[in-house]
Amino acid sequence: MRGFWVTVALEESPLSAEAVLDVSGLTTRFSTPDGVVHAVNDVSFELRAGEFLGVVGESGSGKSVTMMSLLKLIPMPPGHIDAGVADFGGDDLLSIDAAALRTIRGGQIGFIFQDPMTSLNPVLTIGKQLCEPVMLHTGADRKAAKARAIELLDLVGIPDAAQRFKNYPHELSGGMRQRVMIAMALACEPKVIIADEPTTALDVTIQAQIIDLVKDLREKLNTAVIWITHDLGVVAGLADRVIVMYGGRIVEQSPVAELYARPEHPYTQGLLNSVPRIDQKGGELTSIPGQPPSLLAEPTGCSFAPRCPHAFDRCLTEIPQLAAIDAAGEHLSACFWDTVEGRERT
Amino acid sequence: MTETMNAPTPAPDGASTGAPILEVTDLKKHFPIMKGLVRRKVGDVRAVDGISFQIRKGETLGLVGESGCGKSTTGRVILQLDRATEGSVKYEGEELVGKSTSQMRGLRPNMQMVFQDPHASLNPRMTVASIIEEPLIEHRFGDRAERLAWIEELLGLVGLSPTHANRYPHEFSGGQRQRIGIARAIALNPDFVVCDEPIAALDVSIQAQVVNLLERLQDELSLTYLFISHDLSMVRHLADRVAVMYLGRMVELAPVDALYESPQHPYTQALHSAVPVPNPIVEFGRERIILKGDIPSPANPPSGCSFHTRCPIATAECAERVPEWRETNPGHWVACHLV
Repeated sequence: MRGFWVTVALEESPLSAEAVLDVSGLTTRFSTPDGVVHAVNDVSFELRAGEFLGVVGESGSGKSVTMMSLLKLIPMPPGHIDAGVADFGGDDLLSIDAAALRTIRGGQIGFIFQDPMTSLNPVLTIGKQLCEPVMLHTGADRKAAKARAIELLDLVGIPDAAQRFKNYPHELSGGMRQRVMIAMALACEPKVIIADEPTTALDVTIQAQIIDLVKDLREKLNTAVIWITHDLGVVAGLADRVIVMYGGRIVEQSPVAELYARPEHPYTQGLLNSVPRIDQKGGELTSIPGQPPSLLAEPTGCSFAPRCPHAFDRCLTEIPQLAAIDAAGEHLSACFWDTVEGRERT
Repeated sequence: MTETMNAPTPAPDGASTGAPILEVTDLKKHFPIMKGLVRRKVGDVRAVDGISFQIRKGETLGLVGESGCGKSTTGRVILQLDRATEGSVKYEGEELVGKSTSQMRGLRPNMQMVFQDPHASLNPRMTVASIIEEPLIEHRFGDRAERLAWIEELLGLVGLSPTHANRYPHEFSGGQRQRIGIARAIALNPDFVVCDEPIAALDVSIQAQVVNLLERLQDELSLTYLFISHDLSMVRHLADRVAVMYLGRMVELAPVDALYESPQHPYTQALHSAVPVPNPIVEFGRERIILKGDIPSPANPPSGCSFHTRCPIATAECAERVPEWRETNPGHWVACHLV
């Protein structure tokens, strides 16, 4: 274990240009008795080698469905992927056959889910569950897999790993179970880890432990991470780049420092103004009026327009596309209004 | 243990100097653990284990802590929704502990509750109007026409439209449902409202709407709040004083600025530093106290100071003696041997 007082050094992680995952035009819909749910609409982004990508959005923004769609982890039917390409090392994840996808899932791309109690098998020991992917993906025998599993439990900071190997999930606390989930995701040394709200179900002091662990592992392993969350605070300290989603679309994408210093999309601005900060005295909270959009209607304009203080007629009839707004092409926003200049973007 | 707990006296700390509306003294709530075929009692979950504090008229007292610390149980026991095991709860000088259900009914209009889950706390088979009307009928408020007029006014007050009155809860979003729950809570003109995690189930952009509504209603109707939450940032935003609980005991109670700017208890300090700030520059520069281990079970709390198993500065004394609940600065209460 590390000491109690951990200093987080200011680090500038280099943004390498090489993409390990390149998604374009992903569109996922669900056919329900109420109609077609437009969950993900024309989403394109890339994940660069070794980077930490935060994906922020509220419930129904499409952040989880986007990532689940990539590995076909959504229930199909009712879900269906209507369009898109997801290039992962030369393979298109959305069109390769089920067997090829199985070797990638859990092997080259690891997953960490929100609730470890429902994603771990309650009737198998955590050791058995850890050995399974190791044996399946690396072809290791039982003995080697066990050694690897204990090594992984140790790596994620589970004390007395050899003993814990024999425990069932219910014998562990929430924080420990999430550590086991992380160990499972890391088991086959994946190139990419997708973490879906991994600390949302945890108490704040346990969340701090897990975040500390993830920071530590990042330095050791150099795996690219996609971290899905609704908490703007969590990604601020972790991510290199952040994607903000709303109504099934990416509305803003930017390097982390730039996003918080100069949020460009009115939704991102609204979100940042509506969360109180523990390091600042109270003051007015500026709430975003209205409700999140219904995804049942085919969007004809910007889905944030009904809640947006800057909306004008064009926003209701045309869907704004994600476009670079800085010289480097790193900061992208999907909005017709230039909030800095106070006029329509040209 | 009782001798170590003293009721705090009102202190001139500037945050709020009103008279106490509620006095809680050495309150305990133990839930029995039953086992075996004959349901023999084998122990107690000490959900609330001897806490004392006051709430002043017109203030918002924030009650924070992690899951299982007893903060929600405290709220429920204050309103006598759960019966206290020991201790006293005085509302405007009147003892509530030991009162019968019918005796409590007369006091209910004064003290209300807003629940966490707006999906579970509204009857799905009742219209919005009948949900809000129910307490009005129970407490014989006017005739039907007067009640409907008041319901219309209430809906306006919480930011809904009178046309919503005849709809059912499932037709509303989470934020709107919470507004209905708030309308029901204020329908009888209460003085004191317990808000039990009222925003925890809501999306970020909706949380601010509901908090702004609660603040506006407090001003307009001069309400007193006990605001129970695990969200330390939001509590800083709206509370006047804040109490921190750990494993059924209060570890610190102070005016909001003192608690956030100079927290004294090591648990408060750790809790404070664990909350992420939505600003990368601040985040990179922050020192974080990482507590080791997990929260112990309240069925089997550690000896002495219940925090000593995770405390970065614990000494031998902490494992033996329960720290005294004492006032270190005017209005600033803390239970730690080392402060």
